[in-house]
Amino acid sequence: MRKMLQVNDLSYRYDNSQVLQRVTFSVEKGEFFGILGPNGSGKTTLLKLLSKELPLQEGTITLNGTPLASLSPKQLARFVAVLPQSAEAAFGYTVKETVELGRYAYQSGLLPEWTDADEQAVHAALAKTGLLTKQQQSIDRLSGGERQRVYLARALAQEPSLLLLDEPTNHMDIAQQVHLLDQLKQWTNEKRLTVVAIFHDMNLASVYCDRLLLLHEGKLVGIGEPSKLIEETTIQRVFGAAVRRQAHPVLPAPLLTFLPRIERTDVGETLSALTVTTTDEQMVVTTPKPFKVLSSAVVGAGFQWANYFVNRHVPKQYTSSDPEAEMKQYLRERSFDVQQTIGMMTAVYVEDAAFVYEKDSGVSLCVMVTAGVGNAVDVTKAWQQNASSSVGTINTMIFIDGSLTDAAFVQAVMTATEAKTKALSDEGVVDPATNTTATGTSTDCIAIAASQSGTEYAYAGSATPLGKAIGRAVYEATIQALRNYEKRKGERR
Amino acid sequence: MRKSFIRTSLSNAAVYAIAIFIVIIAMLLGISIGALSIPFSTIIDIFLSQIGMASKHHIPDNLVQIVLAIRLPRVVLAFFVGASLSLAGAAFQGLLKNPLADPYTLGVSSGASVGAVIVLFFHWQWPWLGTFTLPFVSIVFGMATLFLVLLFARKVDRRLSVETIILTGIIFSAFFSALISLMIALTGEELRQIIGWLMGSVAMRGWNYTLMIAPFFLIGSVLLIVNSRELNAFAFGETVAAHIGVNVAKRKLLILTGASLLTGAAVAVSGAIGFVGLVVPHMVRLVIGPNHRLLLPLSLLYGGAFLVLADLAARTIISPRELPIGVITALIGAPLFAYLFLKRKT
Repeated sequence: MRKMLQVNDLSYRYDNSQVLQRVTFSVEKGEFFGILGPNGSGKTTLLKLLSKELPLQEGTITLNGTPLASLSPKQLARFVAVLPQSAEAAFGYTVKETVELGRYAYQSGLLPEWTDADEQAVHAALAKTGLLTKQQQSIDRLSGGERQRVYLARALAQEPSLLLLDEPTNHMDIAQQVHLLDQLKQWTNEKRLTVVAIFHDMNLASVYCDRLLLLHEGKLVGIGEPSKLIEETTIQRVFGAAVRRQAHPVLPAPLLTFLPRIERTDVGETLSALTVTTTDEQMVVTTPKPFKVLSSAVVGAGFQWANYFVNRHVPKQYTSSDPEAEMKQYLRERSFDVQQTIGMMTAVYVEDAAFVYEKDSGVSLCVMVTAGVGNAVDVTKAWQQNASSSVGTINTMIFIDGSLTDAAFVQAVMTATEAKTKALSDEGVVDPATNTTATGTSTDCIAIAASQSGTEYAYAGSATPLGKAIGRAVYEATIQALRNYEKRKGERR
Repeated sequence: MRKSFIRTSLSNAAVYAIAIFIVIIAMLLGISIGALSIPFSTIIDIFLSQIGMASKHHIPDNLVQIVLAIRLPRVVLAFFVGASLSLAGAAFQGLLKNPLADPYTLGVSSGASVGAVIVLFFHWQWPWLGTFTLPFVSIVFGMATLFLVLLFARKVDRRLSVETIILTGIIFSAFFSALISLMIALTGEELRQIIGWLMGSVAMRGWNYTLMIAPFFLIGSVLLIVNSRELNAFAFGETVAAHIGVNVAKRKLLILTGASLLTGAAVAVSGAIGFVGLVVPHMVRLVIGPNHRLLLPLSLLYGGAFLVLADLAARTIISPRELPIGVITALIGAPLFAYLFLKRKT
């Protein structure tokens, strides 16, 4: 089958420098195809060769099987449209006049006629770009983003099969960028348009492109789906900047984060600088700098950076239809920065919290546990019961001086949970409904907080020093907290 | 919201009708006013009788002579020159994306002037050309200049970019101006003649000069007007023009050639008359907007009318003496341009 665009062995030289070297790729109809590469990698040269702005030196380019070189300017313009990075007009044409220029390639003769087809194409292009109401406005009075839309409409009036874009979102704010790309994506999905675009922003490219081409010093480094191509070591090598790859929160696409080369100066003992403030209504652990946290807390769940760790005491009869919003409100009233805070709730008196510091075997960590087991369940039998709503919770916070990988965070959660369950078992806590040994409570909460400086920990399973330390410290702290809880219950009787 | 130009709700036909009406009025005024005043009705009768639609028995012969042999050719020549310069200016401004461009930007007029001054300086008079020696040499020099400028610009930059064209024009203009100054410095009794020619005039040329500029005017105007849409595309830059399907190299050459033909021929028959090619297109653009499909024909019409009236002023203000027409266009044009420029700023 003929490809929409087929490029073979394309090379290009400016004077003495080789800008492109034997680049070969093809683009299918309806594809959203992205070109990535650092400055000077030959991206723009490649695009200029595709739009015939530069003459072909070596290699071939064919559009639907027809060599680019054999197309007249008008024939080419009916097939390929270009959305420029930016374009200034010296005089004030109206939006409509500008878009009408897109029909140039369809008109011929000395005094060409403006046909119904021309008028319809212009109207459709204006409609698609939401410019129908601005037709008579002068383009010098539009904002940069709006003007870009006018130029997009002009390109669409060419009724092209292939649209070439050079960093189309350069002059747009984020909403305009997303809007434009959403629109283009929709058109490619409907197979009405094929898009080849240069991207500066790898994350936008990753989200919108079906396939990507990566250029480095004029050579093709890789070509493929974003999930395969956007890879830490490749990007690091090509762009010369440290990156970390993460998953997009919603789409199956990778996201890259660039790592600045700012040294974190506060290497060393950070746990000794932890401060704990306890009042009747809350216990707050403050870290001297933000810690990276993985938690199941009401506020700040998932991965987050945080300075403040709030364990709030609530009455036994606490209910709220939206505990997260209520908790955020609570934190705001007490002047916490919600974005920097991990917030948990418990019906237990927070002064009964147990703290265990662990400094042996080179691992430095601190564990805080508050435990109430009025709600204790045996999770293996939990399917037999109705959900209970009374508040009785084991909250665990683990502060680690060290740098953890994502795997280490997850293993830390596993290790801590196993240690907690063992502690419940050893203390003889029983699920009142089934009369078997409880494994936890129905509303337990955990936070693993790491300073992300100093020692690096790849794993935190029970075979590692970190895992061993977590296991022992969590076990001890949970036992201690359970005993504090029992003691208070006894006192109250 | 402020509109960028004044035209509001007139149809294109009305816009053209107004322009043609103004041209006719200007021409009638030009023919009518002079040492001997001739009423409009008499002028119209004379024209009608020429095409056999009225009898001329009641009109004195000397009036017919004045109108047909003296005033009409002068007015038509003024119209051609003004229309040529204004149209060429509009095209240069659009193509070069430079509002300060005018017909003289490319250096073609300087070349034509050198030709004319050489003829005056060396008293050239070729028998087979007679008094036509000057405009003939001048046009040849103008075309040769166009050829040299393009050749040179192409050597510098194969794509013939706008910047290269402007810079090349400046280089050639400067060099030719120096040549003219040199001849002025060396000349004796021809000084007055040379300066007079340089300041421009459409006086005492008769039908011969008018007929001489006509073919250049026709070819140049057609070349430019059929390229209106291309000029609109060029206003967005050459890259954009290429993207929408304009054959950039070919069209640019056609436009440059058309504008140079107009400029060279106008300078050859009337000297270097300033400001028409700069101010008229600007004023027209201010009124009807930048679209070359209207801008070019209207610049042609208003440029012609403007020069007819300027010539009328030049020969009547201190009558019976005549002022150089270039002085009038500059006297009207410069303050007008300054006013427009100030108004645009606010």
